[in-house]
Amino acid sequence: MAVDFIYPEFEVIRNEDRCIACRACERQCANEVHFFSTEREKMMSDESKCVNCQRCVSLCPTRALKIVKSDCTLRENANWQNETIREVYKQAASGGVLLSSMGNPKPMPVYWDKILINASQVTNPPIDPLREPMETKVFLGKKPDKIRRDEKGNIICDLPPQVELSMPIMFSAMSYGSISYNAHCSLARAATELGIVYNTGEGGLHEDFYKYGKNTIVQVASGRFGVHEVYLEAGAAIEIKMGQGAKPGIGGHLPGTKIVDDVSRTRMIPEGSDAISPAPHHDIYSIEDLRQLVYSLKEATEYKKPIIVKVAAVHNIAAIASGIARSGADIIAIDGFRGGTGAAPTRIRDNVGIPIELALASVDRRLRDEGIRNNVSLVVGGSVRSASDVVKAIALGADACYIATAALLALGCHLCRTCQTGKCNWGIATQRPDLVKRLNPDMGSERLVNLMTAWRHEIMEIMGAMGINSIEALRGNRLMLRGVGLNEKELEILGIAHAGE
Amino acid sequence: MLKEGQIRIPSGCAISAIISRDGNRMTGEDIVKSMIPMHDRSNGLGGGFAGYGIYPEYKDFYALHIFFDSRTTRKDCEAFLKEYFEIVEAEIIPTRKMPEITDEPLIWRYFVAPFQSMLADMQLDEREYVARIVMKINTELSGTYCFSSGKNMGTFKAVGFPEDVGTFYKLEEYEGYSWMAHGRYPTNTPGWWGGAHPFTLLDFSIVHNGEISSYDANRRFIEMFGYKCTLQTDTEVITYIMDYLVRRQGLTLTEAANVIAAPFWSTIGREPDEETKKRLAYLRTVFPSLLVTGPFSIVLGFTGGIMALNDRLKLRSMVVGEKDDVVYVASEEAAIRAVEPDAENIWAPAGGEPVIVTVKEGAL
Repeated sequence: MAVDFIYPEFEVIRNEDRCIACRACERQCANEVHFFSTEREKMMSDESKCVNCQRCVSLCPTRALKIVKSDCTLRENANWQNETIREVYKQAASGGVLLSSMGNPKPMPVYWDKILINASQVTNPPIDPLREPMETKVFLGKKPDKIRRDEKGNIICDLPPQVELSMPIMFSAMSYGSISYNAHCSLARAATELGIVYNTGEGGLHEDFYKYGKNTIVQVASGRFGVHEVYLEAGAAIEIKMGQGAKPGIGGHLPGTKIVDDVSRTRMIPEGSDAISPAPHHDIYSIEDLRQLVYSLKEATEYKKPIIVKVAAVHNIAAIASGIARSGADIIAIDGFRGGTGAAPTRIRDNVGIPIELALASVDRRLRDEGIRNNVSLVVGGSVRSASDVVKAIALGADACYIATAALLALGCHLCRTCQTGKCNWGIATQRPDLVKRLNPDMGSERLVNLMTAWRHEIMEIMGAMGINSIEALRGNRLMLRGVGLNEKELEILGIAHAGE
Repeated sequence: MLKEGQIRIPSGCAISAIISRDGNRMTGEDIVKSMIPMHDRSNGLGGGFAGYGIYPEYKDFYALHIFFDSRTTRKDCEAFLKEYFEIVEAEIIPTRKMPEITDEPLIWRYFVAPFQSMLADMQLDEREYVARIVMKINTELSGTYCFSSGKNMGTFKAVGFPEDVGTFYKLEEYEGYSWMAHGRYPTNTPGWWGGAHPFTLLDFSIVHNGEISSYDANRRFIEMFGYKCTLQTDTEVITYIMDYLVRRQGLTLTEAANVIAAPFWSTIGREPDEETKKRLAYLRTVFPSLLVTGPFSIVLGFTGGIMALNDRLKLRSMVVGEKDDVVYVASEEAAIRAVEPDAENIWAPAGGEPVIVTVKEGAL
């Protein structure tokens, strides 16, 4: 119907002088935007299909292409914005829930950007990481609260199981299915080379990747896809996924089109069937049930694996975390509302949950107030974008950060936010063999290693400037942070002073 | 202007310590003398001393040294003390009027013994009981500050240069087997008597030179265990850390030093002895939040000994020397030479290497 017509969001601008009609753009575009018109003897485009993934732009040998935001808009209206109106049209036509991918793009406050870091001047010296040792190694897991000695008086050195990381960053959960074999392969190899971990997500662990087990966190989610004894034994830790920052309170839905061959075998579900994880774990309706699952998994793995409980940052996150810390879990992972996803209902993604910075600050404080901070390690994710975000997170009280979007960007993601279509031109969020092969795991893992190496250097520089030579002396060191442009309440929750104080 | 405790004030410093391994009692004169050549390391905004073995006649009682704002706060505090302790002696600490030291508070000392019935009631051991009451005095009674609470030892501190503070407190009249001193160079302070060093809890006292960069990480961790960092100083938090590690976790001094000035992971990796390697790695993994970074040199005093320790990068000067049974520790060699020109074996301990000197057994 004409009423539903929406002028395409993007326009493909082709410089006719430069275009040599090599048709590379046509071959590269899984969305079938570009085509060659024999009639007019030139390249044409159907812009309605364009998602602005920049694949054609990046690969055009003569730089003849650019994608721009269309200036054909509805009449300006601060309240009824273009996007809002378009969504109404879409829903009026389809009757469906709006779907989106990746993190919340709305202009919500990013507290990382309103926090500044300290440095040493005069009264104590900055430390130069090029000349002095600078340590970033962390151990995640419960710490014993009493030193015990044997009859000879020697300390008994037995620790609850720990995850050792060369730097306080881990690749966050992305399932095989939602992302490609080559993407998983890149993450697994990079994590191994870096001495950190990646996370299977809820899709099970492909048989080829068991060899990276020491650097793998295996996830148990509400759908229990791909979970079996060998899988649980395979990883460095087991993560129970209770929620995800992009869609708190919502399960997952991987369309049958992505459940092909290996994905189906890894998930242990029939090919072509939709993989639907329920919103709750149906064996966890309360905290005491969580405790049972934690201990079931511990029993199954002979208490050799730390158990992570991952939750979305929601309003009463402090109380929830306190409950988890007493449930036997070794690590709590909290995912903020700006966290990414392969697909989520738009309204949920953009309106449910709270910023990770505030969640982290209040959880860390609550656990300390209750004297149980040592029972658990705290990992935070949900839009940690850079080395300075990591430093701020650690100083607010995190033991480590989860990153996923940044890792995907390193693999070539251009953040077009249409993962749900399964037609990722960069070979990441797709199962189409012709697209998957575009991502070369050799190159992918190298780029991930590069990114993390660069961040590690930056973290060391920032720490050195503060006069800190080990990451553990930064953890929870809120005196090293100051807020700018934050109100009293925000500062109180973050537990930091304002700049100038 | 905000007072110490309401704001964190960084400061540089001078430290000095003298101990007789034979347990011979020395007057406070030498320790005061050792601070004179280091005059420029302080700025007149804080100096202090701690002496061990100075109250032999009251050695079974906790000696509480307390500053009071006024007569009223003293009366209130005494009423408070009487609820928890038997007070066997209460007196003004003798001082000398001198132009260099002004605005002194009321300075009293009390020799006390905890009520056994209260101990049993609260299911606490004696030291924990006393530590808690001291913490209560300092957080709950305004205008009152208990700055010394050990047995047979005492801390003396004031706003002023250390050598003047020593004269003010008539330290030549005390005799102890071990002495520690501190001169302070705060970068921004109205000068408050309680903020001077040493900082003391029970018989642990610490003098410290440095500004630790791990402060808030350490503070927020240690406060989980009932300690309250009311002064916001490095010295205070290090004292609590040592108390926690040694008294409450039962670590040896060396083990505690391995926590707060932990060897680098690369050093641990090179450790040839498997048992040591395991222990060092274990301590680092269990107490990561008690690693102290940034520059510091500290001397920890305790009954029967001292421990000197530098940060693991040795970002602050500290030398050790000896002569006969006496061991000297100071920020500068000049301080040692001022007291003992013939001091021998002068050396600078490596970063993170604890120097522990104890009075030989049976000498006390």
